[in-house]
Amino acid sequence: MTVVAAGGGEARAARSERLHLLRRSPSVLIGAGIVLFWVSCAILGNHITPYDPIYDQTQNIFAHPSSAHWFGTDRLGRDVFSRVLAGSRDILLVAPAATLLGTVLGTALGLITGYMRGIVDDVVSRLIDAVLALPLIIIAVTAIAALGTRSAWAVAVVIGLVFTPIIARTVRAAVLAEREQDYIQAAQLRGERSPYIMFVEVLPNVMPLVLVEATVRLGYAIFAVASLTFIGFGIQVPSPDWAVQIFDNYTYVDPNWWTVLFPAAAIASLVVAVNLVSDGIQQAYER
Amino acid sequence: MTRYIVKRLGLALITLVLLSMVVFATAQLLPGDIGRNILGPFAPQSAVDAMNRQLGANRPAVVQYWDWISGVVQGDLGRSLAFQLPIRPILATALGNSLKLALEAFLIVIPLGILGGIAAGLRAGRALDRTVTVGGLSLSSVPEFVSGIVLIIVVGIFLGWLPITAQAPDGAGALTQGRYLLLPAICLALVLFGYIARITRAGVVEALDSDYARTAYLKGLPSNVVIRRHVLRNALLPTIAVVATQIGYLVGGLVVVETLFSYQGIGLLVFNAATKKDYPMLAAGVLVIGIIYLLVTLAADILIAVLNPRIRLGGAE
Amino acid sequence: MSAVAPQPAALEFDALDVAYTVRGKDRQVLRGLTLRVDAGQTIGLVGESGCGKSTAALAAVNYLPRNGKITGGAVRVAGKDVLELGWGELRRLRADSVAMVYQNPGAALNPSIKIGSQVAEAFTVRGVARGEARERAHDALARVQIADPDSVMGRYPHQLSGGMQQRVVIAMALAKDPALLILDEPTTGLDATVEAEVLDLVAQLQAELATSVLFISHNLGVIAKMCSRVGVLYAGRLVEEGPVESVLQDPRHPYTVGLLRCIPRGGVRKDHARLDTIPGFLPSLGAELPGCVFVERCALADERCHAEEPAASVVGPGHETRCWHHDRASELPRAEAADITLRAVDRTAAPVVRFADLGKVFKQHGHDVHALVGVSGEIWPGETLGLVGESGSGKTTLARTLLGIVAASSGGVELDGAALAPRFQKRSPEELRALQIVFQNPDSALNRRHSVRRIILRSLRKLAGLTGAAAEQRMLDLTHSVRLSERTLTQKPSQLSGGLKQRVAIARAFAGEPRLVVCDEPTSALDVSVQAAILNLLVELQADGGVSFLFISHDLGVVRYISDRIAVLYLGRLMELGSAEVVFGGPHHPYTEALLSAVPTVDGGGRERIRLEGDIPSAASPPAGCVFHTRCPRKLGAVCEETEPPLLDAEDGHLMRCHIPLDELRRLQR
Repeated sequence: MTVVAAGGGEARAARSERLHLLRRSPSVLIGAGIVLFWVSCAILGNHITPYDPIYDQTQNIFAHPSSAHWFGTDRLGRDVFSRVLAGSRDILLVAPAATLLGTVLGTALGLITGYMRGIVDDVVSRLIDAVLALPLIIIAVTAIAALGTRSAWAVAVVIGLVFTPIIARTVRAAVLAEREQDYIQAAQLRGERSPYIMFVEVLPNVMPLVLVEATVRLGYAIFAVASLTFIGFGIQVPSPDWAVQIFDNYTYVDPNWWTVLFPAAAIASLVVAVNLVSDGIQQAYER
Repeated sequence: MTRYIVKRLGLALITLVLLSMVVFATAQLLPGDIGRNILGPFAPQSAVDAMNRQLGANRPAVVQYWDWISGVVQGDLGRSLAFQLPIRPILATALGNSLKLALEAFLIVIPLGILGGIAAGLRAGRALDRTVTVGGLSLSSVPEFVSGIVLIIVVGIFLGWLPITAQAPDGAGALTQGRYLLLPAICLALVLFGYIARITRAGVVEALDSDYARTAYLKGLPSNVVIRRHVLRNALLPTIAVVATQIGYLVGGLVVVETLFSYQGIGLLVFNAATKKDYPMLAAGVLVIGIIYLLVTLAADILIAVLNPRIRLGGAE
Repeated sequence: MSAVAPQPAALEFDALDVAYTVRGKDRQVLRGLTLRVDAGQTIGLVGESGCGKSTAALAAVNYLPRNGKITGGAVRVAGKDVLELGWGELRRLRADSVAMVYQNPGAALNPSIKIGSQVAEAFTVRGVARGEARERAHDALARVQIADPDSVMGRYPHQLSGGMQQRVVIAMALAKDPALLILDEPTTGLDATVEAEVLDLVAQLQAELATSVLFISHNLGVIAKMCSRVGVLYAGRLVEEGPVESVLQDPRHPYTVGLLRCIPRGGVRKDHARLDTIPGFLPSLGAELPGCVFVERCALADERCHAEEPAASVVGPGHETRCWHHDRASELPRAEAADITLRAVDRTAAPVVRFADLGKVFKQHGHDVHALVGVSGEIWPGETLGLVGESGSGKTTLARTLLGIVAASSGGVELDGAALAPRFQKRSPEELRALQIVFQNPDSALNRRHSVRRIILRSLRKLAGLTGAAAEQRMLDLTHSVRLSERTLTQKPSQLSGGLKQRVAIARAFAGEPRLVVCDEPTSALDVSVQAAILNLLVELQADGGVSFLFISHDLGVVRYISDRIAVLYLGRLMELGSAEVVFGGPHHPYTEALLSAVPTVDGGGRERIRLEGDIPSAASPPAGCVFHTRCPRKLGAVCEETEPPLLDAEDGHLMRCHIPLDELRRLQR
């Protein structure tokens, strides 16, 4: 009796090749590098800043950039360079928290509506459509105003909840496709119950998509938290958070451009970096 | 086809009704005691009760909702608490402003985005493609207030080419208004360019890789004919859908840009209503934004159905 | 060999090497392909998946995908090197001289442009004026036997059936009176009778226009029917080439020998002999293969084969092969023992499954679609009931109704005499374990993220109620019974080939010791060499355990091999039910007759081709009387149009639904 030996280590080879490609892609490397830089700044905090970002207020307000103050000083005489270095911490806490919340809830919702279909799916999808008819900022502003609080954690929760339907939609589409696969039918014919099929059979197969979505959403989360902070919701003064700095100083932008430009560049760099990384991951999966 | 339109219309209506309920619930019910919210924590309870009675806030939620929605349908959007004026004219002006800005941004970004996407798709994998894709990606990652600030500083302050507020003086002509709106419009265009270019690119690449494009090439058709007649027709359908969703953002999501450029659009109006606890205004404003989005996506769906024979004519015999 | 023809070959591959860049590395797909298609000839190129045959076709028109490149050699069309041509010349070549027809005609047509415009384009590109181009498009469509060209010209591709779409594509291809026609799997996916029509059409047009044809397919029967010469591709190398009769009747390469032994030929059935298989696996794409490409799987291989690439040897007139041991090729040792002893089916026992008067009506766009009408039958323990029929026949619906995936609208199913609930959700665990399924597509049948071990253990738990040590033991037993090595247990499906995945799927289905396993095209997605192994496995499992199969396949040779009895469905109705010998050997129903004549076999010849007019009628509005009368070549007359013939026992359990008496059929079909 001949035994058929296992053949084809195709998938394993493919995965290591992908990782290899990721490591060599310039955009991914640049993006990852920038993210790591800001993460280390957030961790090291006050240890690396030349001046204390919050308390070192001087009389030298709105000083031009100079050798003493590389990025100049702001309206309270605080060193902008120090504030920029320290400013990554809050946003790197709030944005990922919001993303995590949205991803977990959105995935669960997407799984349920995608697999169960029927009335549940119809109703929830309509609700999602209704909510998504509004731009994120409007929803966030309305919800925050309704809740009556402006704290950063309220912002995180609201953004997370707003992301939930967006992610749910993407996950639902993937689940719908996965549902057509025969192994789902095989599971049903074994007598498996729906929760088992959703979470044990389907979920592992949509995880790669969820991860990619999550990294894309993270970019948006940073974007959204910064935008909300800029209009006064979220992280509050006197935090050195970048968007707070802009909020604090933009009415004086002419002629004190340095108080606003450097924090703006910092935000831009972080969001671009996160998006470069997530784009790189998507590319590696495509090839 | 007509069945499809009717079905979509029906769905849009249901969504609209749901939207109105969600909006009403959030704006009017969630904050709780409206009278207390307006008068503050120190006002006497009797004054609060009187306020609530006056606003009709002590009635059951369903009744309040019905009152509101029936008013809306007839054109009465209620009365602003902050301005003590009817909401409709204020909202209409703000909406008009937003639409102007949206239009200008649109006129800039749509042609650029689509052309960029087509160019990138046709040269996929090569230098032009990577530039457009990565460049577009980076640009759209930058929050609008960041690019807005950079633009204000560089173009408005350093170079002094364009005004740094968007609101033209009263009575200004269309061209002047356009000039004032140019900075914020560019700012929005930067954000949207990447997004539109990517979707267009993806559509072009998919169409180019398709079997029917192969058939066209192998018929001996020259490249430009294949692209024009065969590829673009099918490639641009997803772009229409995406552009439609972006219009919603362009009309209502511009809180940040309007703040930055001090422009009295509907986004800023809603934001102020939220912070000032002007609930009727908030509800009306949010509803209007939602309606516009739903209308635009409905129009896009119908346009796609018209262009896509599979939807227009139904299945095989 | 005849004297060298004065004109250059219509198509010539000259030591062509092609590689694809995948994930950063170059992978060799074609190795030194040398093949000639002379003027007026039809040459076949046959091989399994990944052999490079489609790449050869694309190279011939210089339309390799973005990541493909020519790494050596040349391709010449009418003497001109295709790869050296400038843009304009290449275009002229494509517009005037070379035409291609592919698989999947629906995708080959632009979904947003009407048929008329697309066909007319083939003319306008050659300079014909608009108005005249439309007229010629009309004629082109008429030439491919489309009944109402004007109506078709005004439609969009998605409004046509698959067969119609392929005719349109052929019309476009032949519109230019090409000197060279390349066909790449043009009939895969089409129903048997439609496939026969399309092939006949191609043959006829080729004869009329004296076009040279390169016909690419994995199906040896089709090649045998259409081509005068054939080349066999394996892992990108042409291992054998010669006249069709010579290669198929006297193959001189171990791969060709093995391939031909895998196919059930000449009416052989499972109780006569086991199918032979080719051990090992197809090499992965672009693998490094010093020496002979086939060496890993060849029983005749020796040191020389591992080290040196075999040179081409002439083994007959116009017949070449690349093998160091071609003289011994026909003595290739069998990979499987030929003998087999099977139990005869005991028909005195009670049937395992009985279905009575099953009917199923679907609602589609407001119409009632009768997918199944009054279908009854039994399946005995240890027997295989083959189910045959084209699209719309209801065979998939019948399988699903038995399993309870769809609920029958009328009639019922019994298991061991007890009625089964119409939907599986309402059936007991014992009933669920008794009826299982093996799916067509092994990629979709297994959860990609679960290891094989987990898949089987879960099945054992749910279907057999086993856990712990007992489950472990049974899992090992199952693994052995489907001939898998224990190493596969820790692997995930994505790491396994199609054949291995299908074995896992079979193991899973057998976890609960089922009474009946529905096999829904279980080998259609597999390569020929793998298919034989799976069929052998199924036969063995049946011999060991007495399980019954409901075997669905469009491949009549395979159905005939494995089935004890065969049921023929047409438009949801049972047309014929009887033992395999009788249903296939005759006398049989006129539909069965036509179906059998339509299928091309490797041994060719024998049957008179019976052409069926028109397409299969829509199930939403079936014809009155006998549903087959609109296409039946033996239609009697008014009685067939008005009265539906009942299903009668014509002779010894051979059921037939036809007004013509059996003896009459016997006489007519002699």
